[in-house]
Amino acid sequence: MQLPSFLRGGLVSPFTLRKMGVLGMNARNVRYIARYNDRDRYPIVDDKLNTKRAAKRARIPVPELIAAFETQPSRARVMEVIGPLQQFVIKPARGSGGKGILVIVGRDGEDYLKPSGAHVTALDIQRHVSNIHSGLYSLGGKPDRVMIEALVDFDPIFDKYSFEGVPDIRVIVFRGFPVMAMLRCSTHSSDGKANLHQGAVGVGIDLATGKSCHAVQRGVRIHKHPDTEMPFSDLVVPGWTDLVKLAASCYEMTGLGYLGCDIVLDRKRGPLLLEANARPGLAIQIANGIGLRTRLEHIERMDIEHFEKNVDERVEYSMDYFASR
Amino acid sequence: MSPRAQVYILAALLALMGAGLTAYKHFQLGFPLLPGEYRTVWTIEAKVGFDAEGGPVKAALTLPRAQRNMEVLGETFSSSGYGFNVIHQDDEYRAVWARRAASGAQSLFYQLDVHQTPGAALEQPLDLSTQVTKPFLGAREQEAVRLAIFSLVDTARERSSDTRTFTSELLTALGDTRNQDRNLIFGYYKNRSLVDVALLVLAVADIPAHRIRGLYLEDDRRRLDPEDLLEIYDGKRWVVFEPVSGSPGVPKNFFIWQRGGKSLLDVEGGRNSGVTFSVISNDVPARDVAMLSTSQEKEALVDFSIYSLPIEQQSIFKLILLVPVGALVVVLLRVFIGLRTSGTFMPVLLAIAFIETQLLTGLSIFVLILILGLWVRFYLSRLNLLLVARIAAVVVTVVILMGAISVVSFKLGIEQALTVTFFPMIILAWTIERMSIVWEEDGPYEVVIQAGGSLLVAVLAWWVMTNRYIEHWTFNFPELLLVLLGVILIIGNYTGFRLGELARFRQLVR
Repeated sequence: MQLPSFLRGGLVSPFTLRKMGVLGMNARNVRYIARYNDRDRYPIVDDKLNTKRAAKRARIPVPELIAAFETQPSRARVMEVIGPLQQFVIKPARGSGGKGILVIVGRDGEDYLKPSGAHVTALDIQRHVSNIHSGLYSLGGKPDRVMIEALVDFDPIFDKYSFEGVPDIRVIVFRGFPVMAMLRCSTHSSDGKANLHQGAVGVGIDLATGKSCHAVQRGVRIHKHPDTEMPFSDLVVPGWTDLVKLAASCYEMTGLGYLGCDIVLDRKRGPLLLEANARPGLAIQIANGIGLRTRLEHIERMDIEHFEKNVDERVEYSMDYFASR
Repeated sequence: MSPRAQVYILAALLALMGAGLTAYKHFQLGFPLLPGEYRTVWTIEAKVGFDAEGGPVKAALTLPRAQRNMEVLGETFSSSGYGFNVIHQDDEYRAVWARRAASGAQSLFYQLDVHQTPGAALEQPLDLSTQVTKPFLGAREQEAVRLAIFSLVDTARERSSDTRTFTSELLTALGDTRNQDRNLIFGYYKNRSLVDVALLVLAVADIPAHRIRGLYLEDDRRRLDPEDLLEIYDGKRWVVFEPVSGSPGVPKNFFIWQRGGKSLLDVEGGRNSGVTFSVISNDVPARDVAMLSTSQEKEALVDFSIYSLPIEQQSIFKLILLVPVGALVVVLLRVFIGLRTSGTFMPVLLAIAFIETQLLTGLSIFVLILILGLWVRFYLSRLNLLLVARIAAVVVTVVILMGAISVVSFKLGIEQALTVTFFPMIILAWTIERMSIVWEEDGPYEVVIQAGGSLLVAVLAWWVMTNRYIEHWTFNFPELLLVLLGVILIIGNYTGFRLGELARFRQLVR
């Protein structure tokens, strides 16, 4: 079919995408999420407090939980918890898309400081807690729980690749096999956020080595971080095998067949599971410059005995098979 | 069975069921498939007139019997001052008006609406007597007439092969003014009509026959006298003849009032009685005709449907039945295009509001309320309120805004803005709340994208929902919802790319 010229520049043929093995939203929802993710396993990942508990049981390291407010806390109770803290993160347990996360990196007298340096008053924090509780950030506006986490002591290795924000690594795990990974670096234009559609850089990471293989910002391929000017070709994630193993072990923990794991690197503790996602986005394909579908279909076609492998064997298989060439 | 196969089978079943019911309603019950179809409905009025003699009065009018090619949609009787009832007597229905005392000219009316449908006019077999009463023709002065009749019968018999052709031949002869025998007969029976004479001659020829009284349905005819047809028994079945042309069959637009039987009108206690008819044709929407004709037969599909609700509720349902169409639009736009909206089905509610307010008024009111609401909401966010209280405050603000818009616009003479009340307030308040969060978290650009997406979907849904074909189909064929459900199920199985993704993933191709 001949598309009108004004569309041709911006659109590609769906057949080309299909041939390249790109996974679309509809196919993801119908063929993978609906088929491999049991609804009754969702609460484990949709509620971050549940994720934390399950991770503790499975001995998967997570950021330290300082406090959780199951019910609407009094102002005094909030102040009692955050009063002695220098750094912390306030999160809704059931927030989606990174909404409602408030990061405090320091204090300035009575005020609290955000990573951008903006001041936040205690009153603002109390209001934020109250908003989370009322369900402002949760799906469907259901009343939510508030969790206060210790701020991760980020490994300085990524300092040069991230601006003002939290670099995290997303690994897609399909039926226990890691299939694709990316590093999300915040930039000045993404306002310190790690969401790709807000202008963060997506860096595709080679599953075999932990080295950067591709980087994209706002859909355009780049080679250097736009703010720090660091070339991505030098980027290597330290302790890569451990990180991939952590991601793969989330399969046993959650029981979800199609899973996205968000992992951060702590300076002392190594990789920590930040959260797991039963509906991971598709931007990872853009970051890697490769379609997901070919890899997912490869795993679907594998013999049944592959699915009895343990974490180490699965990671070994993925690192070998899905290495970028 | 895999879920995918189940979906297809279920969708096919639903679609088949919906399409089947729709076809049944169209072909059997006459519901029109397209809007704006009209059917001709004939209004026939019979006026019974007589001069009352001052004493008790009783008038009985034979009512038309059920006819297969004429559907009676409704009948009315006007009988001021008269007692009235309908009696069933000798296989006929008769309307009886009665009054203790009346004098002077009296007029009684009977009116009925009929609709012509295809099919044979009369049904065989009919329980009519086939006995022939031979007329007395033995008197001396009747000698010439008797011979003329015999001559007519003999000539017709010679020129025909069976009863039907005989009748045809006889009627032709009786219509031929150059025929000496015919002129002689009509000369003797001066006051008799053609049908009277034909019945007489047929009786002589030993053929069972009777008259059919009725009317030709032609528009705008007044003071009509009933016309007669002839029906004869050919040994096996009854055959109708048009007496003037002598051709068999009921004329196309002939409305049969009385078949065989006795008099059309009996009046006791009155003189100069007579019945005159008037006929008017009206073009009535085909749907109303179907509704009227099915309501009398108590068709289950119609009787147990929304049509049995009071009119007011029906008009509400008319709107509700459009919601699935709006939902389909949302599904299409999200699955095939990938448009982002604020709240999945919020645009449908907005579209319904637009239907009531008209598009431009609705759009401007919505944008106005959204902007003012966001402005108020930003102030409220500085007051550190609990979420529920804050949204409630926004709801109140929205209501006040709506009231203000109504009053101000009314004073300015813009009456359309009064329809502002059709906007779903709670949905508006939530939209404002969500938008303000989006504003804070993702910036005003995202607000414009989401609000624009919602408005685009709402306008498209409005456009589809106000389409006169869609309106006609959803209301007259609610069964089509099953087809729509099937379509939605199938779309739910679509695993191809969205239009937005063709742009989103274009970098992967290069």
